[in-house]
Amino acid sequence: MSITEPDQQSRRDRMAVLARAEGRQLRELWSGLGIDPAFEMVRGPETGLATVRGRISGDGAPFNFGDVTVTRASVRLQDGAIGHAYRLGRDQGAARLCAVIDALSRDAATAATIASQVVEPLRETLAARDRQRQAETAATKVDFFTLVRGED
Amino acid sequence: MYVAVKGGEAAIDNAHRLLADRRRGNREVADLGLDQIMEQLSLAVDRVMSEGALYDRELAALAIKQARGDLIEAIFLARAYRTTLPRFGYTQPVDTGRMQVERRISACFKDLPGGQLLGPTFDYTHRLLDPALAGDAAPETPEVREPDTAPMMRVSDFLGQEGLLEPAPDAADKPVPDDIARNPMSYPMDRDARLQALARGDEGFLLSMGYSTQRGYARSHPFAGEIRIGEVELEIAVPELEFAAPLGRIQVTECQMVNQFQGSAKAPPQFTRGYGLVFGQAERKAMAMALVDRALRATELGEDLTAPAQDEEFVIAHSDNVQATGFVEHLKLPHYVDFQSELNLVRRMRAEAEVRDETRQEAAE
Amino acid sequence: MAETDFLSGGLADPVMAGQSAFRAIMQAMAEPGTVHAVSDCPTPPGGLSRTMAAVATTLCDADTPIWLDPSLAGNSQVVKWLAFHTGAPVTAESGDAMFGFVSDTASMPTLDRFAQGTDAYPDRSTTLVLAVDGFDAGQLLSLAGPGIESTRRFAFAPMPETFIDQWSGNRARFPRGVDLILAGPAAVACLPRSTRITSGED
Repeated sequence: MSITEPDQQSRRDRMAVLARAEGRQLRELWSGLGIDPAFEMVRGPETGLATVRGRISGDGAPFNFGDVTVTRASVRLQDGAIGHAYRLGRDQGAARLCAVIDALSRDAATAATIASQVVEPLRETLAARDRQRQAETAATKVDFFTLVRGED
Repeated sequence: MYVAVKGGEAAIDNAHRLLADRRRGNREVADLGLDQIMEQLSLAVDRVMSEGALYDRELAALAIKQARGDLIEAIFLARAYRTTLPRFGYTQPVDTGRMQVERRISACFKDLPGGQLLGPTFDYTHRLLDPALAGDAAPETPEVREPDTAPMMRVSDFLGQEGLLEPAPDAADKPVPDDIARNPMSYPMDRDARLQALARGDEGFLLSMGYSTQRGYARSHPFAGEIRIGEVELEIAVPELEFAAPLGRIQVTECQMVNQFQGSAKAPPQFTRGYGLVFGQAERKAMAMALVDRALRATELGEDLTAPAQDEEFVIAHSDNVQATGFVEHLKLPHYVDFQSELNLVRRMRAEAEVRDETRQEAAE
Repeated sequence: MAETDFLSGGLADPVMAGQSAFRAIMQAMAEPGTVHAVSDCPTPPGGLSRTMAAVATTLCDADTPIWLDPSLAGNSQVVKWLAFHTGAPVTAESGDAMFGFVSDTASMPTLDRFAQGTDAYPDRSTTLVLAVDGFDAGQLLSLAGPGIESTRRFAFAPMPETFIDQWSGNRARFPRGVDLILAGPAAVACLPRSTRITSGED
């Protein structure tokens, strides 16, 4: 295979966080790193559509149910490292930045810096939002109690 | 018949200019920001995304602003924009079982695992206008509570265990669904293609069709088995990666309608199902979609075809409000020559009728 | 970095280059047998010509299944390059392809092996992209039909075996049938299904 990063799971995990990250926080954390590598665009950044599939009754045969906007980018650093990025929406600058971060993460030392200073803070922001929403939803749970029980 | 005539150019230019002015309205009133539309008219945004078949909150908000709040016009704008973008491919089917749930209710089982989560619903409001909202009254921050982390089983998962619920159609039977955005629709359609059409269908039309089944036109004894709203992860397989690329999350509404079914020559007595899946928070639409999906399965289930909601071509061909508005509104285009010929025809028939009358009167005298 | 060569060689300015190539192909299709320059071509891996690559990046995407002749299909760099730069899925069934790419034109499968469309949807046929060495050698052909005032002399080489006979079969299936894009060095010429071809040396 063309991609030789040892741990594809951690790469996927990082890409999932970068894809969901809000553009402004992503840019802030990135500029905090103080890295500005030279790179060339291999493809994009370009915005297009992905057609979303669902499953009939939730777990049955697939069907198409609408499109989402997606922006993708692929870059090559001067040392030849390739990076790819996909994100929902149309933020081309963010997609390009995510591709650069992906390419830089081929280097283990840089990957560790990026993980601790960019990816983990983003992940924590996203997790905090999820926790808050779950807690707000949980507060609307119905606690049924029995008023009268008929016993003969 | 259409005839090319000139002379409208200046009028059209000025009409566009006037439209832009009227869209903006009184300049002393602050301009409406897209963020305000996205945050405070979020269900209108959801409707434009669902019927525009394009999930992009900011674009939907822009369309609403440009259309002066005319949602069908905004849906039209979203559809038109969609055609300008390349398609990268199809996502993996979303797993609604792993949804980050914001609302989840069942009308069939009170004590289903995970419980009844009401979420941000209008259901128990009194539908009394709130004068305080005319100002900028700050709402209370939401109450919080420790969430239950147990996985939220689908109602169908435990009803299915007894064999009383029909199984979902097997993915192995049709792994690649039809795509009505790519290929012209032809009837009869498979259920996957129908669901794609219904997912973008007009909410009002589907609501009426669904309602008609409740009123006895193809009665299907529906129960809202489960409705859930929340965020699902999207990912897409791409050649340059060894794994499906994660894209982020979108919000969807899912409705599993469970219908009592007495059995037919083709199927034993059991519960059958209708399914609704819609972009954003759109419960009414998802429920209507599920009712119509079930009604349109009449032939598959061996039911008598007696009602409009069971007529696939009637329902699907008239469910798309962009098509419908195009054809209805085209009547505004000049039909001058058409109408002239009709006018001449009516005059001639009238003249002939008068001659006949006179002849008859003379004969009678 | 040979492993990632398939990522390189895309167009620097895909929108402008794509529009310019599209214009050339459209003009060539509208005036069958005329040769139109395609100047801004991508740089694909060896085996796929630059002009064919320009046609592929201009016309193919995730919605257009493509068929590759055996020498292209056997070249993994070409397959990966097309996948990355066009997104088009590759099909092994010539009858399912929206586009067919042929590098070995002299010994290609017969035209009737590709999708022919239907009378209701004649557009559901394969558009074939054939690699040619040029347009100034080979058997002289006489073209007639839409886009040609009377007749037009035309030649391309190499030519598929029994091409003139195959083409009259293709004509006989009208409105069904395949269309050809002939990809020469930095130029294209087209033979749409509406064109009648006879030997120009009679």
